Amino acid sequence: MIPVEFDYLAPASVEEALAALGEHGDDAKILAGGQSLLPVLRMRLNAPEVVIDLGGIASLRGIRDDGDALVIGAMTTHHDVRDDSLVREHALLLSKAAAEVADSQIRHRGTFGGALAHADPAGDLGAPALALGAQFVIAGPGGTRTVEAADFFVDLFETAIGDDEILTEVRIPKHTGWGAHYEKFVRVAHQWPIVAVAATVRGSIDEARVGLTNMGSTPLRATATEQALAGASATEDGVRAAADLASDGTNPPSDLNGAADYRQHLARVLTGRAVLKAAGA
Amino acid sequence: MTKIELTVDGASVSDDVEPRMLLVQYLREKLGKTGTVIGCDTSNCGACTVHLDGTSVKSCNVLAVQTNGRTVTTIEGLADAAEGELHPVQESFRECHGLQCGFCTPGMIMQAVDLLAENPHPSEEEVRLGMEGNLCRCTGYHNIVKSVLHAAEQTSAGATS
Repeated sequence: MIPVEFDYLAPASVEEALAALGEHGDDAKILAGGQSLLPVLRMRLNAPEVVIDLGGIASLRGIRDDGDALVIGAMTTHHDVRDDSLVREHALLLSKAAAEVADSQIRHRGTFGGALAHADPAGDLGAPALALGAQFVIAGPGGTRTVEAADFFVDLFETAIGDDEILTEVRIPKHTGWGAHYEKFVRVAHQWPIVAVAATVRGSIDEARVGLTNMGSTPLRATATEQALAGASATEDGVRAAADLASDGTNPPSDLNGAADYRQHLARVLTGRAVLKAAGA
Repeated sequence: MTKIELTVDGASVSDDVEPRMLLVQYLREKLGKTGTVIGCDTSNCGACTVHLDGTSVKSCNVLAVQTNGRTVTTIEGLADAAEGELHPVQESFRECHGLQCGFCTPGMIMQAVDLLAENPHPSEEEVRLGMEGNLCRCTGYHNIVKSVLHAAEQTSAGATS
């Protein structure tokens, strides 16, 4: 199937894009890499009258070092996030998770900011962004504001980005030298995870950050697990008690891929694996 | 209608297209490049894989208007077909019989070319992972993987001879 008819705008700057968004409001949809939006349009699950393509705005692409944080432009592709040397050095978890998004062709087009703004609870980047304490820089008609990761993900496919706003970049506090692993459980290759766990640790183990994918309507942070991991030894026995806390407070979906209690079991098991691999054990 | 100008298989083209037109439709219906096929129409199967500015994309998941000012290479532009030439990866798929019905083959070859450009000496596992976005319903993938590995060997042999 092909999408219903729409008007296409290709602004050259964020200001132009915001103006177009202001003019068309609810009738408009932002196009980033399009790897989630185009299937939705083709299946006619959404039919915007205007599509505003951010692909021509060069300032939204790229990764830069900004002191204690990395700044990732919203239109940077998954492929580029995966391979970036700054990301590997200071936010290895993002490189590991970006490598697991869909398949090679999708990673060449799909964007970091687009995926986060789409906020699919089964998306691979929300949990790592949350675990790393990402800050979301959002431009609107009144200027720019910054939203903490804990406040960014609101609900299923819903974020703090307003109808007249655009996510322009994401600040990732540096976790230099931290080990990392993204443990993704799928039924078939290149699919969305049934459950995935994003873990990054300092030392083995001095500190840990753990995010959960597809364990609720938003990405979740396993804070009880993180606290229990501080000072734990990087062995199966050493992390088991902490991993067993990973499903606390989660509310995962039940669907054809698995019931909620099965997902909670997966979260505990995968957390143990992810933490051990992140610690290099 | 939106005007687009791009390069496809080495030729400059210019057209007025509906914004909703998919790249794969544009290639097939406007340019007659039916070597690029539509398999699943859900961005799963990879049969429609082409190169956009040198990297592989699923052309059913790109709008034609998004390619304005850019360069597209399809299976028809990989080698000089008019001269009867095959690209080394095409040659390798023929040599290793990396197909049965052949429907997925254009996409497989375009993805294999991309994979080998990024990683000229892949392991078997790296080939299987790198080709995960391309589905084949006939072969069980063994000969496809062999074809890609064979192409890698041939290319490196050629480079050192």
